[in-house]
Amino acid sequence: MTNHWIDIRNSDCILIMGSNAASNHPISFKYVTEAQKRGAKLISVDPRFTQTSAKADIYAPLRSGTDIAFLGGMINYILDKKLYNEEYVKNYTNAPFIVGKDYSFKNGLFSGYRKNPPASVTAGGYDKSKWAFELDNNGVPKMDRNLSNSRCVFQLLKKHYSRYNTKLVSKITGTPEQDLLTVYKTYAATGAKGKAGTSMYAMGWTQHTVGVQNIRTMAIIQLLLGNMGVAGGGINALRGESNVQGSTDHCLLWHIWPGYLKTPRSSDDTLDAYLKRWTPASKDPMSANWWQNTPKYMVSLLKSYFGDKATKENEFGYQWMPKVDDGKDYSWLTLFDEMYKGTFKGFMAWGQNPACSGSNANKNRKAMAKLDWMVNVNIFDNETGSFWRGPGMNPSTIKTEVFMLPCCVSVEKEGSITNSGRWMQWRYQGPKPLGNSLSDGHIIMQLGHKIKELYKKQGALPEPILNLKWDYETHGHFDSHKVAKEINGYFHEDVEIQGVLYKKGTLVPNFTKLQADGSTSSANWLYCNSYTEKGNMAARKGLEDAPNKIGLYPDFAWCWPLNRRIIYNRASVDPKGQPYDTQDWVIRWTGNKWIGDVPDGGWPPLQNLDGTLNPKSKYPFIMRKHGYGQIFGPGLTDGPFPEHYEPLECPVETNYMNPKQKISPVAPVYLTEADLTTEGTCDPRFPYVCSTYRVTEHWQTGLMTRPQPWLLELQPQVFVEMSEELSKLRGIKNGERVMVSSARGTLECTAIVTQRFKPFKIGGTIVHEVGVPWHFGWRWPEKGTEDSINLLTPPTGDPNTRIPETKAFMVNITKL
Amino acid sequence: MSNSFFIDTTLCTACRACQVACKQWHDLPAEITQNRGTYENPPDVSFNTYKVVRMRENVIDGKLNWLFFPEQCRHCIEPPCQDIAGDENAIYTDAKTGAVIYTANTKYLNFEEIREACPYNIPRKSSDGTMAKCDMCNDRVHNGLLPACVQTCPTGAMNFGKREEMLDLAQKRLLEVKAKYPKAELIDPNDVRVIYLVAYEPTLYHEFAIASNAAFDMTRQVALRKIFRPLKNIASHLF
Repeated sequence: MTNHWIDIRNSDCILIMGSNAASNHPISFKYVTEAQKRGAKLISVDPRFTQTSAKADIYAPLRSGTDIAFLGGMINYILDKKLYNEEYVKNYTNAPFIVGKDYSFKNGLFSGYRKNPPASVTAGGYDKSKWAFELDNNGVPKMDRNLSNSRCVFQLLKKHYSRYNTKLVSKITGTPEQDLLTVYKTYAATGAKGKAGTSMYAMGWTQHTVGVQNIRTMAIIQLLLGNMGVAGGGINALRGESNVQGSTDHCLLWHIWPGYLKTPRSSDDTLDAYLKRWTPASKDPMSANWWQNTPKYMVSLLKSYFGDKATKENEFGYQWMPKVDDGKDYSWLTLFDEMYKGTFKGFMAWGQNPACSGSNANKNRKAMAKLDWMVNVNIFDNETGSFWRGPGMNPSTIKTEVFMLPCCVSVEKEGSITNSGRWMQWRYQGPKPLGNSLSDGHIIMQLGHKIKELYKKQGALPEPILNLKWDYETHGHFDSHKVAKEINGYFHEDVEIQGVLYKKGTLVPNFTKLQADGSTSSANWLYCNSYTEKGNMAARKGLEDAPNKIGLYPDFAWCWPLNRRIIYNRASVDPKGQPYDTQDWVIRWTGNKWIGDVPDGGWPPLQNLDGTLNPKSKYPFIMRKHGYGQIFGPGLTDGPFPEHYEPLECPVETNYMNPKQKISPVAPVYLTEADLTTEGTCDPRFPYVCSTYRVTEHWQTGLMTRPQPWLLELQPQVFVEMSEELSKLRGIKNGERVMVSSARGTLECTAIVTQRFKPFKIGGTIVHEVGVPWHFGWRWPEKGTEDSINLLTPPTGDPNTRIPETKAFMVNITKL
Repeated sequence: MSNSFFIDTTLCTACRACQVACKQWHDLPAEITQNRGTYENPPDVSFNTYKVVRMRENVIDGKLNWLFFPEQCRHCIEPPCQDIAGDENAIYTDAKTGAVIYTANTKYLNFEEIREACPYNIPRKSSDGTMAKCDMCNDRVHNGLLPACVQTCPTGAMNFGKREEMLDLAQKRLLEVKAKYPKAELIDPNDVRVIYLVAYEPTLYHEFAIASNAAFDMTRQVALRKIFRPLKNIASHLF
């Protein structure tokens, strides 16, 4: 979240799309409800009328996988009716930037597209240099502040989305035109100065072949309406697990290191080469270009890994760290693809359940049979640990040896979690761990010690392992305080910064003090400031609000970066530093300092009181190289503007927006015999759109909730929801068991026939959509009658992140 | 003055945390359920289930609604079940909290009579005839805690406190929501200690959301019972 949970209450209009927050983030509705009581409008856009829709002022249905068409229509509406915040757009976004002559968009493709050889996982890729901005002689992007140049971002945006008229959008999404207009009008009203609209989304946006671009489309809307940086605004990802924000910050994903540093490629053969390649440079003195600090953060990270062993002479241990091969992907889908092909011998399944959670889970189950060994670290046995005795498996033919390491649950250990709003909150140990279970931290420490012992005896290339600092224990037990301090970072020698002496061995007060010379360490620069000589900031419980009284509670817990509760907050003020919203203001320039939230840098406002530019200022979007919010985003794999493409499996013969390019031209589609799809055809065997989702009562694959009788009582079985119309068509009665099937598998479900699903009218034909929750598996309930809908979900995903496309695929439904 | 609940169904999201919290506090066993083509489960209140969130789809003025109604005992001001039981050792009202309490002695009562007396169809019995229903978390309330369902509610749909305060809150909220839901009303606010605010006709939420008009009138049967009460009380203590 760019903002945070409490801040939702400050909103004037809440768009919940790609999320069913009332069911799946019930506590968020405390703040949604508060906003509604203060007069905010709640809009729910969802293929299915949900518990969220039930509370909404406006509900609009859309066919799964058509969000860009829906939101692209809103961009067109905002531009057409001139409802954007012009001052904001001109000053804070890259709308005035001139895009180079090489950029074009034709027949559904951006310029620079090259096809890959046949039988590649992705059909092609883009040469992104074709989308570059035009630079002046000083290397600064050329701009037209009047927004009239035909190649400025604003005009290109207008041109691109002028195609997204409501009639065409409605033809694609199935949303009645009147509903589209109601949503557009209501949400676009937040473009008025002093009004704020927020966007709450979850996996309904991300899990598509256009997942990242779904969110980009909303980001463009938010920038046009001046909703970034303001209270009650922002782009707010509702995380699906209590610490998924924290784990992502600390490099859960393969392509980023802690604090969103880039994972080194094999071609980054020296630290210098890495830093040269990944440290952005701006020639504009008014661009903070915060990532110019990459060397400080990278060296401090290496220093944290290797301690005294990391020296300038050995590139701070850079050569000891693994690199990824250039151009190669190591995402979840790819890992299981490789496992299926027999590339791996072993697999640590740690706190996860890929036999149920992964898309095309049958492939995952088969892949695990190719392993020599698997270690399942979890609180209970699950469908993954017991895959060898699951449905369709013959244990006598499976060689995989499975080890179960029982770990304790979160309440049995001390440590931090970081919530969706970036708040790092300290939790104390409740009950002691049950039985032989150990904390994950302890298991990792012990594993590390054993591996070090082995490497000492017989290791080839032992330096990376032996030099690794591994001292996070107290009295032989994992000590979360030691890790938290390591994450924050230490001074490794006496350092004088701006006349202040910081002693060796003390904690670094914040990331502006980190150094690139090895004198500091920090295991995650974003968290530098979280555990300082003043103490554990995440454990703070202060209940006093900041003077602006917008629910920042700056002394409660701690939030990255630097306890800034609303990021990009310097865009919440006009160029003279005065808030657009005088009531719910975030920061305010008093003439010599900022008050309110921690500002995005302490520089003065862009303009002096007389309207002249203040050269000491910096543009507000400090994490961008040029300092501007990116309406045109030339860095993504699939294009600088979001474009509507159909899901890999879809119910239409034609992409009505792009008749010549049906699906994303760069989306990965895996190719083994286990990866069957109906790509490119409207396969009559699978005529219905299917989406997957969650229910309140179960969590993730249900491992913690399916064995819980009180929760199972409420949601005992996997179900498929369908419209009354479809049930009549298929002769299905409410409550009876039916078979749902896709090109990849089948699943028996209980039918819920409901008015909450309605058939869509897509391009003149009727399209039915159904939905299934993904929490189930055969281990519980004990009868073994239920299983995961991911047996049916497709082997494709987003080209940028490779998150799987589990929210839109094609199925059939038959009576048993 | 005793306590009351105020349940604002316009704020209820049917997260059903109240249903689970109720089971957890009372340590009630889960029922073995099936999906019957609805989210609503267990299918009804029972000896082991004091609270069920009703979830009903209704098209009102051409618009689909999904109405949520956390059903529970209303703790009537003059409880017909208590009246008809006529045995303070089986059913009584805790004067301090206002909770209508069923004891183990309810097994000596005539279940059908008690159930029929209830205007909201709440009482249920176990196999040995003992009856059970929501007890207002009377033990919690006596110790200064909120009922478990109220404690856990994330949206403010469930409220609990002094009756006067709850009535004030109910009136205030009724006025507020009228702007959006002109047909909004409070259900039987003068007769019960569990006051529901609904946006539409109560029966759209649940068949027994509202008492029938005659429910609080003393029936002839109850009048007769009262005459024989002393005798029955003696009889029940002989078991």
